[in-house]
Amino acid sequence: MAARLLSLLSLLALWIVAARFGDPRHLPGPLAVFAAMGKAAASGELFAAMAITMARVAASFLLAMAAGAALGYAMGRRALVDRLADPWVVVLLNLPALVIIVLLYIWAGLNEAAAIAAVALNKLPNATVTIREGARALDPALDEMARAFAFSPWKRLRHVVLPQLAPYIAAATRSGLSLVWKIVLVVELIGRPNGVGFEINEAFQLFDVAMLLAYALPFTAAMLVVEALVVQPFERHVSRWRPRPA
Amino acid sequence: MSPAGAPGPLDVRIARKRVASVAGLEVEILSNLAFRLDAGEVGALIGPSGCGKSTAMRIVAGLDSAFEGAVARPQGPLGMVFQEPRLLPWRSVEDNIRLAAPDIGEAEFAALLKRLSLADHRAHFPSELSLGLARRVALARAFAVRPSLLLLDEPFVSLDAPLARALRGELLALVGERAVTTVLVTHDVEEAIRLADRIFVLSPRPARVIGEIRVRPPREGMSAAEARSIKADIDALSP
Repeated sequence: MAARLLSLLSLLALWIVAARFGDPRHLPGPLAVFAAMGKAAASGELFAAMAITMARVAASFLLAMAAGAALGYAMGRRALVDRLADPWVVVLLNLPALVIIVLLYIWAGLNEAAAIAAVALNKLPNATVTIREGARALDPALDEMARAFAFSPWKRLRHVVLPQLAPYIAAATRSGLSLVWKIVLVVELIGRPNGVGFEINEAFQLFDVAMLLAYALPFTAAMLVVEALVVQPFERHVSRWRPRPA
Repeated sequence: MSPAGAPGPLDVRIARKRVASVAGLEVEILSNLAFRLDAGEVGALIGPSGCGKSTAMRIVAGLDSAFEGAVARPQGPLGMVFQEPRLLPWRSVEDNIRLAAPDIGEAEFAALLKRLSLADHRAHFPSELSLGLARRVALARAFAVRPSLLLLDEPFVSLDAPLARALRGELLALVGERAVTTVLVTHDVEEAIRLADRIFVLSPRPARVIGEIRVRPPREGMSAAEARSIKADIDALSP
């Protein structure tokens, strides 16, 4: 903990020193950035931009996870589905995020649906591949037990399948969230009239680094909070039954 | 022996069961395996290891329908104890039992736990249980559904002898009380004699029933000489 704090403080110190001796237009000091942040917050624009970006992160993340979980599960359980869908997944996995974004904007127009779909499509193959591994690792002995005791399909899903998939869902969530929020900014920068990515583009056009950091830092901090308060507790919750390593 | 309003006999007629071998060839592992139990009877399938007993059990349970033949099961719920306890590791002992038997009342549930010396382990997770305790939970789960057919696939394998003996005693008492039609797979002759009304001796692969021996109750009070003579009968049948 102390080492982490020291590391963070040294980063701050480096920033102050660099700002002092460098060109303040290229790198404003922390105080200038906080002043810009205060201005953006006071006008409400900072929170409006963060809220809309968060909404896009949530929508595309949930879409990608739901579709990826369904597809990954089907691929993990059925060899035919796996053979049919695998080439598509491999193509999507290797297609640069930017290509998917630009193509969707061209095909569907510069609208919200295209933006969300582009982010979701970028995340989809990762979620699919991770959940597929989980579906392949499902214990057939437990499945047989559930059938012997006549568990309903819902009970089987909830009490037998999902707990086994949970570590894979948690892994996909963790890697997915960090991927999604970075891509959302690119999508906003290219083709949305609002959001943190849009504001960063504005700052870029004006060469206003203080404003750029005033939007980027609070948003990054917010995503770290989501990670600490939502993702990590979820991971701990789904693995609570595992014996603690001695 | 059969109680009034019994859910019917168990009639197993497996004409043929084939599986794909590692080399890709079809291998016949069960051939004309047939036996019948009246309601409330306990039958033991005894045979050399690897002869296909567990496969037969999965067919009787309805978990495997890729075979030639027919199985008529008693009406009503199935209780099954597998070779491994097969508990859900993320659920407590209580939840594991209640998930299989959602209708069980608290009094009956508590009594069942007490019978199987599990009362102190209600809230424990399977990872906190010894193998012997986990097997007891699997037994409790099978009885909690109030089965009309109980299938036990080597339920005491890999337990030390005194523990296996204790569990066998508990099982015998429970089976006797409930008068549930039971199939026990075992390769332990003593276990079969102690628990079963009828013993079906299986051949090596492809398995079929090569002999049926009736054990006269009361099993517990059987003299050593009687037990020896039944054992000799089984040995005479065993290839």
